[in-house]
Amino acid sequence: MGKAPKKRSLADKVRKTKTSSEIKNNPFEVKINRKKFDVLGRKSKHDVGLPGVSRSKAVNKRKETLLKEYKQKNRCSKFIDRRFGEYDTKMAPEDKILQRFTMERQRVHEKKDVYNLNEEEELTHYGQSLAEMEKFNDVVNSDDESEEKGLLSAELTASHFGGGGGLLRKKALGEEEEGGQRAKSRQELIEELIQKSKQEKRERQVQREEAQELTEKLDQDWKNIQSLMVKKTPKADKQEEKPKLEEYDMMVRELGFEMKAQPSEKMKTPEELAKEEREKLQKLEADRLRRMMGEEVVEGAQSQIHFSADDLNDGFILDKHDKKTLAYQEGSGEDDGHSDLESEQESENEEEEEASPKPKKTLSKEEVKAQQEAAKAELPYTFAAPESYNDLKDMLHGHTSDNQRLIVARTQKSNHPSLAVGNKLKLQKLFGFLLEYIGELATRSPPELSTIDKLIPEVYALCQMFPDAACKAMQSILGDAAHSMEETLEVKGHAAFPTLDMLIYLKVTALLFPTSDFRHPVTTPALLFISQALTKCPVRSLQDLTSGLVLCSLGVEYVSFSKRFLPELINFLVGTLHLAVQDKASLGMTLLYVPPFRASGKYSDLLVLSSSESCRSWSKKSLPLSATHYKTEMFIIVFFHRLTCLSTCLDLVKRCCLLYKDLPSFTHIFKPIRTLLSKHLSTQILPEPLQELSSEIVEAISSTPVTQSALVFDKRKPIPLKLLTPKIVEVLDYGKKRGSTREEREKERLKHKYKREFKGALREIRKDSRFLAREKLNEVMNRDAERKRKVKELMGSLATQEGEWKSLKRKKK
Amino acid sequence: MAPAKKRNVSSVKTAEKSAKKAKVDLSKTVERILESRKHANDVFDILESLQAEQEKEVISAVAACRELFCALLERKELFLGKLPGEEDALSGGYSAEDKYRIFMRHRYTSCVEILLEHLSHEQYDIKESAMCCLMKFAAGEGRHPLEDLDWSEHYSFPRELILALVDNLLSKATDNSLLISRFQEFLEMEDVRYYVMSSIRDNVGKVMEKNKGAVVPVYQNNVFTLMSSISMPNQESELTNFMVKQEGFLNAIRSSATQEHKRVFERMWLGFLKYKLPNSMYKKVLVILHDSILPYMSKPTLMIDFLTAAYEIGGAISLLALNGLFVLIHQHNLDYPDFYKKLYNLLEPSVFHVKYRARFFHLANVFLSSSHLPVYLVAAFAKRLARLALTAPPTALLLVLPFIYNLIRRHPSCRVLIHKPSAEDEPFEDPYLMDEEDPAQCRALESSLWEIKSLQKHYHPDVAKAALLINTPLSEQEDDISETLEVTTYELMEKDLKQPEIKSVPLEFETATRLLKGGGDVLGQHFCLT
Repeated sequence: MGKAPKKRSLADKVRKTKTSSEIKNNPFEVKINRKKFDVLGRKSKHDVGLPGVSRSKAVNKRKETLLKEYKQKNRCSKFIDRRFGEYDTKMAPEDKILQRFTMERQRVHEKKDVYNLNEEEELTHYGQSLAEMEKFNDVVNSDDESEEKGLLSAELTASHFGGGGGLLRKKALGEEEEGGQRAKSRQELIEELIQKSKQEKRERQVQREEAQELTEKLDQDWKNIQSLMVKKTPKADKQEEKPKLEEYDMMVRELGFEMKAQPSEKMKTPEELAKEEREKLQKLEADRLRRMMGEEVVEGAQSQIHFSADDLNDGFILDKHDKKTLAYQEGSGEDDGHSDLESEQESENEEEEEASPKPKKTLSKEEVKAQQEAAKAELPYTFAAPESYNDLKDMLHGHTSDNQRLIVARTQKSNHPSLAVGNKLKLQKLFGFLLEYIGELATRSPPELSTIDKLIPEVYALCQMFPDAACKAMQSILGDAAHSMEETLEVKGHAAFPTLDMLIYLKVTALLFPTSDFRHPVTTPALLFISQALTKCPVRSLQDLTSGLVLCSLGVEYVSFSKRFLPELINFLVGTLHLAVQDKASLGMTLLYVPPFRASGKYSDLLVLSSSESCRSWSKKSLPLSATHYKTEMFIIVFFHRLTCLSTCLDLVKRCCLLYKDLPSFTHIFKPIRTLLSKHLSTQILPEPLQELSSEIVEAISSTPVTQSALVFDKRKPIPLKLLTPKIVEVLDYGKKRGSTREEREKERLKHKYKREFKGALREIRKDSRFLAREKLNEVMNRDAERKRKVKELMGSLATQEGEWKSLKRKKK
Repeated sequence: MAPAKKRNVSSVKTAEKSAKKAKVDLSKTVERILESRKHANDVFDILESLQAEQEKEVISAVAACRELFCALLERKELFLGKLPGEEDALSGGYSAEDKYRIFMRHRYTSCVEILLEHLSHEQYDIKESAMCCLMKFAAGEGRHPLEDLDWSEHYSFPRELILALVDNLLSKATDNSLLISRFQEFLEMEDVRYYVMSSIRDNVGKVMEKNKGAVVPVYQNNVFTLMSSISMPNQESELTNFMVKQEGFLNAIRSSATQEHKRVFERMWLGFLKYKLPNSMYKKVLVILHDSILPYMSKPTLMIDFLTAAYEIGGAISLLALNGLFVLIHQHNLDYPDFYKKLYNLLEPSVFHVKYRARFFHLANVFLSSSHLPVYLVAAFAKRLARLALTAPPTALLLVLPFIYNLIRRHPSCRVLIHKPSAEDEPFEDPYLMDEEDPAQCRALESSLWEIKSLQKHYHPDVAKAALLINTPLSEQEDDISETLEVTTYELMEKDLKQPEIKSVPLEFETATRLLKGGGDVLGQHFCLT
């Protein structure tokens, strides 16, 4: 027993000298755990063990911990950490540190500041004053510092390193020197010593300062003399050079502080730009289609506002108008250096405008220039955002429409949200006011529609900035209008056609928001409003009819992209055509018309054309929007108005034909129109273009196939048969119980873990006690061996003594 | 201007003063007359001021009359029995007492006449006070009958007064609805109601005979207002509220009080409905028919003629007649041939637009809820409704689509309308005949509901979603259409407008430059700004 541990310790020693690889390669050290099955791809940690190594590790660890504890078992002295909060687990470490620091400071303050020369304390870094360090002026003194460092007086060394002995010695010396004086205590001695060293230090400092002053003086003198001594030229140069250098320094520093130029993207070729633009448009289009299908919007997938790559995000939107202003400032033509700044879209718009057949008021460049010059002369560049609607009205009052647009644009720019905090709210309000203003412009007589036209880009820009606010504003307008209409309907059963401002609002809605979405918070109610107006408002005059046709056109515009079915639109168009039939009796009781139109009545002949001669002189001209409200009594105008209405109606019918071509019930939807056009209207005198139009429509309707395949349900995925093959479950870890709830499994897991831990702890405790027992035994055996040895020694010495004594005795004998 | 104004003001003031004075005077006069018979002739003053121009004066005179004659009735100082002529009274051998009574009775009758005239006065206040006064008189007369009572248990009610009142109330020239609504409070009383009802019948008969059955809108309107304001008691025990508290009446009608009431009520309505009515009146009658007329008739089946006639008229009136017919069919075993055929023919585009849409669909839902209806009929209804849905507004669509689905659910053999797998391949024309009046002949079962397929492209998301349901087999559970019956467009709009949180509003990405641009330029092509 006694030998085993010794041996092991020897083995440990040997092992320690060996490297780990050596150990691993040693077949005697390695124990291979035999595996029952060889599972492919499984990595096991425990296939090879090093029992010797691990045992020695465990023994060592025990020696360091357990053995020490055991040895110190009955000792009383302990090291206790008395630092503040050392054993307080509740305290955060930062708090601890802070508390300790304050306590230390308090302690220092409570004591007399015997060691501190200065009244106030200094901030130090590695014992050096920070204030000193910042001056950097004692570089010169580095050498004498080193001197000081090198200085090792005998006394100092003695006092520093001599320890108590030195002091004692000194004390003895003092006793000798001063004789009768009372012996100084150790405390006093130390104080004395410190004072002495401080005095020395002070003296040294004074000396150093004096020396520095002297050197500076010398420098000064030298400068004075130098000017006399040396020739002027180089010096002048030098003197000039110095400020130059400063300037340069300044420049360098400035550049350093300036924002570093970011690596910009390389200039794009036109092809790349076009490609990018196309991709962006494609993405937006795909987005629109997705919304049209009513799929859920993926959060963040869409960017609401398109920023061009060069956008500075300052709300400065460069469009056609601005560009012209720029061109004027530069004093050059359209194609100046800024043309690359404008986005592709705008140029597209321009092209569109150029391509559009509609005659427009185009001002020549000179005129524009002149106008803008005038505008510049009178308009300030910044405007405060209007606080109320009246403010806006005052602001815009008396300006031309172009100027009004400029004012709004400038207001918007000078109050961009990035400039001040409250601007966002102000601009949101401005949007509401603008809408109100548009409504007012439309209700004026005559309506100032061209001004509205000018303001549209601004409204659009504002809407792009604040979609939510714009949505709210538009919704409230629509909601109010619909509510008032609903109320009149409840009281009277019918309502008047919406006024011009409402028509304009509907159009603006279509401009600001996508009309093709499956469901949209603004456009869906707007469509409902159109439908409501088309169903509930009876046509009582040509003006009403015009309003209705405007609504119809709006309806067609709303659904033109999505091709959604708008029954009210067809109803109204049928009703309108019905108004043009001269011989109502021939219609008979067919299901041709739907409310608000009636089979007969005071207003059912509104569009009947009476004279045939004037038909020839008629040519298609756009109706003014204001025709929805202003009456004319002149016969020929009324007559032309009728014809124009009819042609508009026919054109809308044609568009609808194209839109709804793919609907399964196309023929049934358009059957009334077909009968009206082919049987009743064809007999009447109509101008050439209208007749052509109507025959086109009839052809379009009759050319679509009338046959349909019968309805069937969508094919569903076939339900798989019940399979009887065993269910194969992938088992990821064996030995775990499955099929219970998560909590149960967790509980099982914890139980299992506890068990294992418990076993492990038990094993460890056993090993510990074994180790301790071994140590105790060792101790006992050592002690016994010692005693034996000593006894032996004694016995030996006694034996020799005895022997000697005996031999002496023998000798004596 | 100023002086004139002043004068005006002063004149108004004096008028007021005089009115006040007159009032004081009148009440004093009344007191005087009641005090002693010496001042009996002052009654002429009151009657004179009763015919005065000024409203206030008249009203105060009415009040005075009421006070005076009520007191006289109370004191029995009016002549009882058959009233002799005034001249006769003077010449006849009456005592002074009797003469006084005859005199007062004559004043009373003339006062009543004037008040009846006042019932057609322009001023509502005068009308009202006159009416109240007359009712007061009626109450007084009921308590102290002016007729000679031969036997004690005979019940006397001032029938003539009520009849005259009703005659004047049912004016042929002016709309008296306000006054009638005021009169309604008297109709709470059982006996008044009873006699008013019989008077109405008499009156209607008389007037309509005179007009030879032609339509008299104002008059009929008045009659209708008065009749519809009659609310019948529900139970016998309720017959407690009487104007004239006499044993006689109770005894007379107690045995079959409610029956009697009902009979009078019934006769009144039948008498009214016998004659030709204006269309609006038809609607009004039909609206309240099932609710406040039929339950109170002793023989509701008597209404069959009227209802069938109304049902034949077509349009909205037919729709409304359905309700009454339903009550008769349902509760009174009315057998109506071709009911469903007529119902089928009622389905027109206007069905979705009329005011009574909710009522109609509610009833249609009830009629078509039977699972014993033939398949062809249900299919015809479904197909026709689908066809009509092509012209319907979204609110109606949200109602009619679940309606059609419910029909298909109830009659699983109608499923071929939305699922016809055998004929899938070869396309064919829609065999359904829209113009065919007989649902049996319209070949709806051979067709499919392509209309709903078309509505899948409807602009309103809810409608499109509802229409999409036919792509898959319908669920077993029927949709509850009662919630969608009365949805208005505004409510539909609010669904979008009042969305609590909008994640982010999608915006148009095409930059708007001009007002008339965008969206295919339809508006810009046909209209210009100036």
